[in-house]
Amino acid sequence: MTGITGGTPSMLPAWGGGAVPRNEPLLAVEDLHVEFATRQGAVKAVNGVDYTLEAGETLAVLGESGSGKSVTAQAIMGILDTPPARVTRGRVLFRGTDLLGLSEENRARVRGRRIAMIFQDALSALNPVFTVGWQIGEMFRVHQGASRRDAERRAVELMDRVRIPGAARRLHDYPHQFSGGMRQRIMIAMAVALEPELLIADEPTTALDVTVQAQIMELLTEIQRESGMGMILITHDLGVVADAADKIAVMYGGRIVEHALVHDAYRAPAHPYTRGLLDSIPRIDRKGRELHAITGLPPNLLDMPPGCSFAPRCPYRQGDCAVEAPPLHRIGPTRGSACHYWREVLDGSHG
Amino acid sequence: MGRYVIRRLLQVIPVLLGATFLIFSVVFALPGDPIASMAGDKRMPPHIVAELTERYHLDDPFLVQYWHYLSGLLQGDFGETFAGGGVSEIIAGKFQVSLNLALTALVMETVVGVGLGFYAALRRGRAQDTLVLAATLLLISVPTLVTGFVLQLLLGVELKRSTGIDFFPISGAFDGWRSYLLPGFVLAGTSIAYLTRLTRTTLAETLRADYVRTAVAKGLPRRRIVGRHALRNALIPVVTYLGADLGTLMGSAVITETIFNLPGLGQELFRSIYERQQPVVVGIVTLLVLVYVLANLVVDLLYAVLDPRIRYE
Ligand SMILES: Nc1ncnc2c1ncn2[C@@H]1O[C@H](COP(=O)(O)OP(=O)(O)OP(=O)(O)O)[C@@H](O)[C@H]1O
Ligand code: SF4
Ligand SMILES: [Mg+2]
Repeated sequence: MTGITGGTPSMLPAWGGGAVPRNEPLLAVEDLHVEFATRQGAVKAVNGVDYTLEAGETLAVLGESGSGKSVTAQAIMGILDTPPARVTRGRVLFRGTDLLGLSEENRARVRGRRIAMIFQDALSALNPVFTVGWQIGEMFRVHQGASRRDAERRAVELMDRVRIPGAARRLHDYPHQFSGGMRQRIMIAMAVALEPELLIADEPTTALDVTVQAQIMELLTEIQRESGMGMILITHDLGVVADAADKIAVMYGGRIVEHALVHDAYRAPAHPYTRGLLDSIPRIDRKGRELHAITGLPPNLLDMPPGCSFAPRCPYRQGDCAVEAPPLHRIGPTRGSACHYWREVLDGSHG
Repeated sequence: MGRYVIRRLLQVIPVLLGATFLIFSVVFALPGDPIASMAGDKRMPPHIVAELTERYHLDDPFLVQYWHYLSGLLQGDFGETFAGGGVSEIIAGKFQVSLNLALTALVMETVVGVGLGFYAALRRGRAQDTLVLAATLLLISVPTLVTGFVLQLLLGVELKRSTGIDFFPISGAFDGWRSYLLPGFVLAGTSIAYLTRLTRTTLAETLRADYVRTAVAKGLPRRRIVGRHALRNALIPVVTYLGADLGTLMGSAVITETIFNLPGLGQELFRSIYERQQPVVVGIVTLLVLVYVLANLVVDLLYAVLDPRIRYE
């Protein structure tokens, strides 16, 4: 276990993490498919996801529960339970290297050091029987061979950085002795310990009080800006997206149905589902009016219908929608929509 | 931690009081007249009946008798038999045999049960896992009587005859710790099976826990993920089971003791009940309860070492 530069150069072109050769994006997910083997059959949780992320950028991934946001993130991270999960197709290019093609050993070298992840529920994500200092310091001890004292000292620094009051005193406390917000700060400290190039945050604030949510988001964006890492922010909260993210990717039924720069999407969505999501945000200027919740049920991942998977719930639906699956139409250099009638949606000619 | 230990120690007192009271009243309520049964078919002379009644406080009210018994117990005195012997002397030697047997069984159970459970959990759903599960099912369903006699015959008698070496002595408790190997295994049989299943289930469950996923995401080596992050949590129910099992192993060894001719508490208890030796019955049961309570105390303290959430309650 040596430092960050312990890889095989021939397999990992940009291993050093310094200058980026060619114009490789930090992360490019291409045509990713993930299935779960279950008693009822294959659950097609991810059905062709594409997105890219540059260093220093934040991509917000939106979509209702079950749309495949977490599964996609876990596939990138390589922490899916296999079996039952299986990546059936696609590539995950990290600085040009396909992570899915790496041996488990080489993959573990990327995990934690170069790509880190934080989870929704910090209480269950932290090990209840070890102190937080031990869990943070483990990153330094295992990955860099740091001594116990050195690891502790650096753990305190990190806890200070994520603004845990009295960090040095709380080093030997256990996760259950912290509040929800403080626990999530500890998760963040652990994730950014080795200064990863990419941070995946899977609903980092969903389990927290509203006031605490804002603080955690502020901390995340601050760290992201200071360190210049890329961030994938999975969230249900459309409110935080506008402030924190550069671009969004909207998932539905295991696909990206729209991707765009945040302000483009907010100004005029190009997919009926995105429009439905945006219409469901309570806004001050719409106070008193009914929210446009999207009616109907998410698609059955065991038996995906032919044609557009959003068709049963779509107000823009036309005859051919249920027959022919829409490809991801390229709308501009930074934008795509998986809808046959994206022009109509963009013009807002409907609802 | 200190406060937890003290509180837990204090809890032992009412438990012991309640348990001894219960034992005493159950035995007290047993039908039959112990003095009459001592004399067998003959009638006992009235003055002897009176003397014995006086000596064993048989005429005193129940609570007074209980008090006599309890105060003796606190001084390590388990009372006297109706024949005049000290109960403590009778059960001391048997206790040693039972403890040796139970501890041997406990060690085997831990090594084999936890080991197999671990092995199966890491190979869940594969052929090895299924094989282990089938083996545990077999162990559970075959009665101790059968495993006892079969192993005694195969490993005790036949192996010695064919090799000339007495690997597993089977005649009484005369060969030191080796006398306990085979009976220990037989006694541990079903516990091994249950512990294997328990370890397998808890470890498999723990391996799916969120914090294990975090450990994977941290890029830790698999050995560390299983051996540190999962194991520590999975051990908690296993330790509980082991502690509770010590008492059970000591009290339920009648069949094993009989097959292997080991003079332990089980045999003695059986005989005393049969012969209406109430003081011995009370003594043995009290001792077993004591072991049980102490084992549980140790478990609870270990628990606090393993799980900080309990320590800081
Ligand atoms: N272990 C599993 N076995 C079977 N199916 C699974 C498993 N894990 C996930 N899935 C399926 O994958 C789909 C996508 O799950 P995922 O967790 O990615 O949703 P999500 O978009 O993150 O939702 P949420 O907002 O609720 O977190 C789910 O609908 C579920 O049916
Ligand atoms: S393709 Fe048709 S059904 Fe699908 S989102 Fe567009 S309009 Fe709606
Ligand atoms: Mg999720």
